[in-house]
Amino acid sequence: MPSVKIPKKSTDNDMTPFVDVAFLILAFFMLATKFKPEEAVEVTTPGSVSADAVPEKDVFTVTIDKDGRAFVSMDNPEFRQVLIQNLDKTRTLGLTPAEMKAFINAPSVGVPFGQLKSLLALSPEEMKKVKQPGIPAADSTGGEMYYWVRDALNAYSGRKLNLLIKADNGTKYPVFKNVLNAFKKNDQNKFLLITAPEDAPSGTPLHETRQKQISGGK
Amino acid sequence: MASIEGGGDGGGGHKKGPGVKKAKKLSTRVDMTPMVDLGFLLITFFIFTTTVAQPTAMKLFLPKDVDKPEEQNKVKESGAFTILLGKQDQVYYYEGLDPTLIKATTFKGIREEILRKKKSTNPEDLVMILKPTEDATYKNTVDILDEMTIAEIKRYAMVDISPQEYELVKATEAANGIK
Repeated sequence: MPSVKIPKKSTDNDMTPFVDVAFLILAFFMLATKFKPEEAVEVTTPGSVSADAVPEKDVFTVTIDKDGRAFVSMDNPEFRQVLIQNLDKTRTLGLTPAEMKAFINAPSVGVPFGQLKSLLALSPEEMKKVKQPGIPAADSTGGEMYYWVRDALNAYSGRKLNLLIKADNGTKYPVFKNVLNAFKKNDQNKFLLITAPEDAPSGTPLHETRQKQISGGK
Repeated sequence: MASIEGGGDGGGGHKKGPGVKKAKKLSTRVDMTPMVDLGFLLITFFIFTTTVAQPTAMKLFLPKDVDKPEEQNKVKESGAFTILLGKQDQVYYYEGLDPTLIKATTFKGIREEILRKKKSTNPEDLVMILKPTEDATYKNTVDILDEMTIAEIKRYAMVDISPQEYELVKATEAANGIK
C-alpha cells in the first residue's frame, strides 16, 4: 500500500505582533490606572447625570455608609495637622504628638471625640480592623460633626475648601440631613455629592440640551 | 554554550591546530514564554484594579436658614409642585398647596408628571418642593435632585416635611399596602 505522505506543517506561528499589542495594552493600563484611595468603609454611590469631575485637591469628605456611620477625611496632610491641633485645643482631647501623627497618617476617622485618643493610639494595622462607630451628627446642632467641619474650615482659613459628601445608596435621609445641618451651622451651603456617572435619559429636556451642545460644538 | 564538548579528551582542543578555533554559532532566540506569561498576568491585574468610571460630583446648593417669615420666598399656588419621598422608593406628589390631593407614583412615573407640570406652568411661577421623609434613602434624594436636572427645573427647594404631610404619606402607604 502506498502510504500517503502528509506534509508536516509547522505548528509554530509568529506571535510577535500579538505580544507587541499585549504589552502595549499593559503599558496603557499601567499609566491609566489610578488606585482607589484607601477607605474605611465600602460605599456604593448612586448614579446621577451630572458630568462634573470630583475635585482632587483641598477636599473635606464626609463618607456615610449604609448603617449611617459618618467618617471624615481630608486630602492634605498639612491641613490635617492643623485640624487635629485645633481640635485638640478646642475639645481638650489631650492627644500626644504621636497620636496626632497617627491622625495625619490615618486615611479617615469615624469615632466620637471620646474614643479618638484610644483609636489613634493603635497601630495603623489595628486601626483598620477596629469597627468605628461613626462621628455623631444626630441633632439639630450638627453634633460633633459640627466641630470637625468648623475646625477643617479654620485650618483652611478662608481658602476654598471643597466639601464632598459620599453616601451609600441605602443611607437613610435623616442621617444625610444631619450631616447637611452640621455644614449649614458653619454657614456652608455649597456641597458636592459624589455620584457615579449616568447618561441623560433620551427624550428629556436635559438630553435635548446636551445633544444641541454636541452638534453645536462641531 | 556552557556545554562541555564531548570526545573523550578531557583537555579539549588538542587535535585542533593553533588558531583554528571554530566559532560556534549561538542562537539569538531566547525563550520569551515566561516574559509573555508575566505580561499577561500584569494585564489582567491592571484590568481588574483599574477604575474605569471616575466618580462625578453633583452640586448641591442649599439656601441659608431664614428665621424671619417675611424674608422667605412665597410660592404661587399655581406653580407649586410638591414631591414627597416615601419608603420603598415610592414617590408621592401634589400640585398646588393642598396636601390632601396627594397622589402616589414611582420614580418612573414622576418624570412624566414633572415634565407635564413644566409644560403647563408659567416658568416664572414653577417651583418644585422636594420633601424626603424619614423613610427615604440617600439614593432617593439624589435621584429626585437628578430628576430636577434632567427636566431642567431651575427653581426647586429641599424642605423638611410637615407632620400633616407625613401623616398623609403614611395613610397612603397603608392604603397601598407598603410596609
